[in-house]
Amino acid sequence: MKELALMKGNEAIAEAAIRAGVDGYFGYPITPQSEVMEYLTLQKPEERTGMIVLQAESEVASINMLYGAAGTGKKVMTSSSSPGISLMQEGISYIAGAELPCLIVNVVRGGPGLGTIQPSQADYFQSTKGGGHGDYHLIVLAPASVQEMADFVDLAFELAFKYRNPALILSDGLIGQMMEKVELPPQKKRVTEFDQSWVITGKHKGRERNIITSLNLDPDKQYEHNLKLKAKYDSMQQDVMFEKIECDDAEFLLVAYGSSARICQKTVDLARGRGKKVGLLRPQTLFPFPTAEIARMAKKVKGMMAVELSSGQMVEDVKLAVNGKVPVYHYGMVGGKIHSPDDVLHAMEEKYIGG
Amino acid sequence: MELKEIIKPENLVYRRTPLLTDATLSYCPGCGHGTIHRLIMEVVEEMGIQEDTIGIAPVGCSVLAYDFMDIDCSQAAHGRAPALATGIKRLWPDKYVFTYQGDGDLAAIGTGETIHACNRGENITIFFVNNGIYGMTGGQMAPTTLEGMKSSTSPYGRNSKTMGPPYKITEMIARLDGTYYVTRQSVHKPGPVRKAKKAIRIAFEVQKEKKGLSFIEFVSNCNSGWKMTPNESNIWMEENMFPFYPMGDIKVDGKLVES
Repeated sequence: MKELALMKGNEAIAEAAIRAGVDGYFGYPITPQSEVMEYLTLQKPEERTGMIVLQAESEVASINMLYGAAGTGKKVMTSSSSPGISLMQEGISYIAGAELPCLIVNVVRGGPGLGTIQPSQADYFQSTKGGGHGDYHLIVLAPASVQEMADFVDLAFELAFKYRNPALILSDGLIGQMMEKVELPPQKKRVTEFDQSWVITGKHKGRERNIITSLNLDPDKQYEHNLKLKAKYDSMQQDVMFEKIECDDAEFLLVAYGSSARICQKTVDLARGRGKKVGLLRPQTLFPFPTAEIARMAKKVKGMMAVELSSGQMVEDVKLAVNGKVPVYHYGMVGGKIHSPDDVLHAMEEKYIGG
Repeated sequence: MELKEIIKPENLVYRRTPLLTDATLSYCPGCGHGTIHRLIMEVVEEMGIQEDTIGIAPVGCSVLAYDFMDIDCSQAAHGRAPALATGIKRLWPDKYVFTYQGDGDLAAIGTGETIHACNRGENITIFFVNNGIYGMTGGQMAPTTLEGMKSSTSPYGRNSKTMGPPYKITEMIARLDGTYYVTRQSVHKPGPVRKAKKAIRIAFEVQKEKKGLSFIEFVSNCNSGWKMTPNESNIWMEENMFPFYPMGDIKVDGKLVES
C-alpha cells in the first residue's frame, strides 16, 4: 500500500534519508533548511534504524565529519544552505579529490554574502562547476517537488557509490519550505552493500593498508589522478536525467530546473492557451548536464530561454549546448523574489520571435 | 664473543615494530616525529589492535604519516583531523581512532575542531606534537611559539603585545568535562621516551574502555626550523620550552592533577 504524507521538502529529505538506510548525518543549523536536522533528531533515527545524527560546531566541522565518515564506506550526508555550503567548499574539494561517496544537500537562499533567507537559484555555478579549489565536479540533482526531494536521496546515494563521487541535491528555499503530498519510499535496511575494498576499517591481515587521501606530491601521479577524474566526470553523461514537457511540436523552448521549472510548467499552459507552441526542458541532473538533448532541440526550435532565480548562470551551459544555432535568452528574478508564470510569459513574449 | 654467537633470538634487546613501513622517513634527522611514530605503532602492535586502528594524518610535516605507519589512515584538511575522527568514530564506535597533529594544525587553524571534539568527549586519542613552529612551510610563527622566539614571520622575536602570547591549549582542554586523560610528554631522551610510551598505552586503554577523550602533547624539537643542531635543539628545548610547557600528567581518570 502507498504510504502518503503531507510534508515540507526539508522534512521529506530527512524522512527519505532514514528510509534510504543512511548511517550518519552531520549538520549545522541554517535557514531555510534547519528542519532537516530538527526532523531527524525528533524521529530518533538511532532507535528507528541505528542512524547517527550529530550537530557539529560549524559547517567546516560537519563537512569534515562527513569526509571522515565517508571513508568508512557507509552512507553519510549533510545538509546546509548557501553560506554554509560556501564554508564547506574546502572539505567538498577534499572529498571529491579522495573520491568518496556521500550526499550534500543545499537548500539555496539568495546571496551574495548573508544575502536573504528567501529562495534563490544563484548557487548553480558553485554547485556544477566544482565550487572549491581544483578540477572536480559533483553529481548534481535538482528536485522540482517535495516528491523528488524524497526520491532523489536514494538516487543520489546510488550515483555517489556508482562513481565514488560526492553527490549534491540542489534545492532551494521554495521547495524546502513548501508542503506537498509525498509518497514515501520503503524502509531500506541500514546495511551498506557496496564495494568495501577501499574503505578504512582497520588494516586486515592479507591486504595492503587503505589510505584515504587527496594528496599526490608526485606531479606524474597527480596528472594521472586528474585524467582519471576527468574520464569519470565524462562518463557520468550516461546517467543524465531530464524531463520534457510539450516539446514535440515546440517552436520555443524554456529550460528551467527546480522551483523555476514548476513555475515554467504553468507558463507553458498559459502560452499554449494563447496558441503559442512552447515547450519546457527540465534538467533533473545539472551535472551531468543534458547538453546533447539541448543541442538536439536547438535544431527544432526558433529560440530558447533559460529561466532561473539568478541573474544568469545555467544560461551559460544552455548557450554552450546550443552553440549559436538559435538565440538563447535569460529571464529570472533575483534577490529572493520569485517570478510568476505570467512574469515568465511576458518575458518570453518579448523574446519570442513572432510573439 | 663472535658475532654469530651474539645475534641469537635470546639476545634480542630491541627490534623495529613491523607496523612501521620500510618507507624512508621524510623528517629531518634529529626530529622527534620518527620516535613518536615508532612509539604509537609499538603500542598498537603490543595491544594487538592493528586490525581495528584508524589514524588521521594532518597537514604539516606529518602530512605523510600514513606512508610510515602500516595501518588504515585518512588524510585530513588542515586543522580538521578531530572532525574526521569524530565522523569515523561515531560510525565505528569499536575501532581505535587517533589523530596526529602539529601545533599550527591543532592550536591555530583547528582550534574549533579541537575544543569541540574534546568537549563532546569523543572517544578518540589526539596526539599533539608541539615544536613551537610551522615546520613544513619553513619555520613560521605558531600559536605555541615562545615569547621572544625567532621564526621566519617573527624574525625579531615574538612580541606578545602585537602578536599575542603563546598559549597552552592542553591546559585549556583539560578543563573540559569531555577529556579523560591529558598529559604532556617528550621524546628527547631514553627516560622520557619510556614515559611517553606508557602515556600512549594509557591513552589507547582509555579508548578501549570507552571512557572519553585522551590527549597527549609531545613537546618536541624542530632543529631545522630553530636553526640548531639536533643536540643544541634538545638542550634549548629543555631550557626554554619545558619551563613554559611543563612535563607530566594534567588530567588523570577524568580529574585534574593538583599542581
